[in-house]
Amino acid sequence: MGATPAFWLFMGPFLAGLVLFVYLPIAWSFVLSFNRAQNTVQPREFVGLQNYIDLLQPGPFLDSLWTFTIFAAIIVPLTFVLSLLLAVLLNQITVARAFFRSAFFLPTACSYVVASLIWKLSIFNGVRFGLANQVLSLFGVENIAWLSSVNPPWYWLVLATVRLWLQLGFYIILFLAGLQRISPELYEAAYVDGAKAGWQTFRYITLPQLRTTSVAVLLLNLIAAYQAFDEFFNLLSNSSLARPPLVYLYYTAQSNQDYGHGSAGAMILAALIVLVTLGQNRIYGFGRPET
Amino acid sequence: MRHSPAYLVVARYAALVVATVLFLLPFYLMLRNALSTDREITGVNWTIFPSSLQWGNVAEVFEDSSANFARALLNSAFIAVAQTVGTVLLSSMAGYALARIPFRYATPIFYAVLLTLMVPPAVTFVPSFIIVSRLGWVNSYQGIIVPVLFSGFTAFLFRQYFLNFPRELEEAGRIDGLGYLGVFWRIVVPNSLGFFAAISVITVISAWNQFLWPLVVGQNSSMWTVQVSLSTLMTAQTINLHQVFMAALISIVPLVLVFVFLQRYLVQGVAETGIKG
Repeated sequence: MGATPAFWLFMGPFLAGLVLFVYLPIAWSFVLSFNRAQNTVQPREFVGLQNYIDLLQPGPFLDSLWTFTIFAAIIVPLTFVLSLLLAVLLNQITVARAFFRSAFFLPTACSYVVASLIWKLSIFNGVRFGLANQVLSLFGVENIAWLSSVNPPWYWLVLATVRLWLQLGFYIILFLAGLQRISPELYEAAYVDGAKAGWQTFRYITLPQLRTTSVAVLLLNLIAAYQAFDEFFNLLSNSSLARPPLVYLYYTAQSNQDYGHGSAGAMILAALIVLVTLGQNRIYGFGRPET
Repeated sequence: MRHSPAYLVVARYAALVVATVLFLLPFYLMLRNALSTDREITGVNWTIFPSSLQWGNVAEVFEDSSANFARALLNSAFIAVAQTVGTVLLSSMAGYALARIPFRYATPIFYAVLLTLMVPPAVTFVPSFIIVSRLGWVNSYQGIIVPVLFSGFTAFLFRQYFLNFPRELEEAGRIDGLGYLGVFWRIVVPNSLGFFAAISVITVISAWNQFLWPLVVGQNSSMWTVQVSLSTLMTAQTINLHQVFMAALISIVPLVLVFVFLQRYLVQGVAETGIKG
């Protein structure tokens, strides 16, 4: 068999699927986004940019982008710092490293649905028996309604801790792999040159050596925050307190069956993610071969 | 490495132990509540362990017809296995073609695949739902499984992996008279089982845990997956707390088993590829 038939044999099924389930949907959605399409996935009436204009008015869609921004501003730095810290700690110990690593990694097995369930119905249950309220009551603090309190917005604490619990282990492993690729000789050389162990070697050797891993962690983390749906849906449902873009889109497309606006929203989100990825690429050179 | 002073070693372990307790706490809460009565869960005086373990809660989860939990478990198992086999098969072959089979338009095709990585699958759920509903696949297994089989990311990872596969092994196969398909199946795959295992484990976990897509496509309760069923239990008008926690506990058992037995591949996969389950 020649190379060309072989190529199609190996690549064809995959490519056909990609066309049918990625490119075609996006193209269809692009067309729909300029049309009115209520209760139907057929374009009904060409409305030009009206769907986009509607979405970009002050309203739930713009609020959802704002929700994402707040969420990313909380979760991305926290995940970065905590996973790096725990990975460094793990890398410094010799006994029981595998045990600790497994404990941090185990939550990765849980879904956001399961974690939201534990958070909502057990830890941050707003009534007396919720674990957080039980602990606080030991200090004489009144019950806090974690998920409905607006001032202060305690629901962010609930949303952030769910995600940290679920994804820290994954990023810890990434950092740990990065740390173990750093040659010990670099540290030896630094000691010889008089660098103090601790902050100095961390600042001038560890961090620069982790550059590729760090960029990957930040980017993956940002994209994961952008895709947030499961925990918001299960913790807050359709609450206007914090409705990230996908939750907004879900209710637009599923409950209202408004595919024109839903498609326009999907197009705006796709454009944003492309911009962010290109921008990141510019800034950090993510994706270039490791040097 | 230099030796650290003793107080520093103690401090490190203390920090790790505190973190471990926090990481394991939710598992303990799930277990405790799953084996309690509702009265004990909501009791004013918090107890560390239930006074008597309510193993009857297991049967209760399966007897409640509104949650359809047994069916949901079967659905999830079938979907997770089918999705994993399909994804690994399709993307390993595509990755091999991109890495090894000379073809004039391979580069533009590779870029077309890379382009799909830029748009996260979650952003395309409205467009994909439109196609699936046109195909009449809403409320069907193929509607939940097929559209997510074509992972550009997994194909990309396989390509990167095959680029580093030792060419001499393939040459040996070619000399023995094998074509591309023969070389792939008899030489490349058997010598790459570790990588295949890593990708499979990651795919199984993400397939089992996915929520948005099965929620959108599997609208009928006979199509619910475990995650959709759990979400329904959690947001029901009247919540049986012990039942919800027991269902959650049952839902993580398969994955915890995967963790215990296949963690080596999982860690290797994450470390090598940096992808999430």
